[in-house]
Amino acid sequence: MLGIAILVFREVLEAALVVSVVFAATRGVPGRGRWIGAGIAAGILGAVVLAGFAGAIAGAVEGAGQELLNAGVLFAAVVMIAWHAIWMASHGKEITAQMHALGSAVSVGRRPLAALTLVVALAVLREGSEVVLFLYAQAAGGSSWVDVAGGIALGATGGCAVGLALYFGLLRIPIRYFFTATNWLLLLVAAGMASQAARFLVQADLLPPLGAMLWDTSAVLSDHSLLGQTLHALIGYDAKPAGVQVLFYIITGALIAIGMRLWGKPRTGVSGAA
Amino acid sequence: MKRTLVWKLALGWALLHASAWLHAQDPEFRLVIKDHKFEHVEIIVPAGKKVKLIIENKDATAEEFESYELNREKVVPANGQVPLFVGPLKPGRYPFFGDFNKDTAKGVLIAQ
Repeated sequence: MLGIAILVFREVLEAALVVSVVFAATRGVPGRGRWIGAGIAAGILGAVVLAGFAGAIAGAVEGAGQELLNAGVLFAAVVMIAWHAIWMASHGKEITAQMHALGSAVSVGRRPLAALTLVVALAVLREGSEVVLFLYAQAAGGSSWVDVAGGIALGATGGCAVGLALYFGLLRIPIRYFFTATNWLLLLVAAGMASQAARFLVQADLLPPLGAMLWDTSAVLSDHSLLGQTLHALIGYDAKPAGVQVLFYIITGALIAIGMRLWGKPRTGVSGAA
Repeated sequence: MKRTLVWKLALGWALLHASAWLHAQDPEFRLVIKDHKFEHVEIIVPAGKKVKLIIENKDATAEEFESYELNREKVVPANGQVPLFVGPLKPGRYPFFGDFNKDTAKGVLIAQ
């Protein structure tokens, strides 16, 4: 049961961290619980379907189907996060001002929730399909249902607990800086996803590595320790990145930052200033 | 002007890597999983070259090839096979395992 719980925990953890950041970033939006809940449900459903097609996907595009799908899912999430971050940069100040005036419990403003719902769904989908395949293998391999169910419960609870801890940690950020902080955190999440996507494309030989292992900090902080994995999900930490991953990370981060700068200026009466 | 030099160097470096990537003939190596074990627990590959691993799964359940040292993970479907590229690697030992059957599916890739 413990082995099952550990694997489930590791997969749930990364998705839970992304969901937590999204949940924090949508603070004050009416109906966000429903949206994000729908995203999680869609992700789980998608994961089950995806696992069912694992064989077909793996065989597609001369064996690169899995990497292309993973990279595609990651890039889609990157675009959605970028859209939201840039939108927030231009509207965040108004929202903060309203929350300040009305108290943070009061629901304010509409935000592109659909974009973040999709980010949640994609995060759950990616991690979830591995869990489904693993659990199926366990069940088929003769593990008892008690072990499987217990492992899921234990692992999922643990992963969600870390996610909740992050969420409540983020809530301690003063409201004045809150959306700036969550926006920058989303930028780093997106940059990390772009780096992961690049790693998949290198693995499928669709991108040159530009230095197969640019550095190795696994002795200091392994990707697979709890902290390493948390940082992997939140800021894209990778103990042994290929050069092209670092390139994708920097370019994605820079593009979102530039977008936030360009469209994030306080609105004045002057139109057509761009 | 110092900046343009840096850019030129970076571009040259990228092109060098890219051309090596395009022209290389990648040596292939096969890894077979059966009864949740790798049939060969040691596999020797050339260092300093990109290498194509073909991982075949003869079991009726999926496996996930994973290696922390190689920074790779890929699902290998039941009764299927998938390719996976690694390297160019420095000489050394790179352990790998099957994430779905960690206790039994273990092996080492040796680059030399």
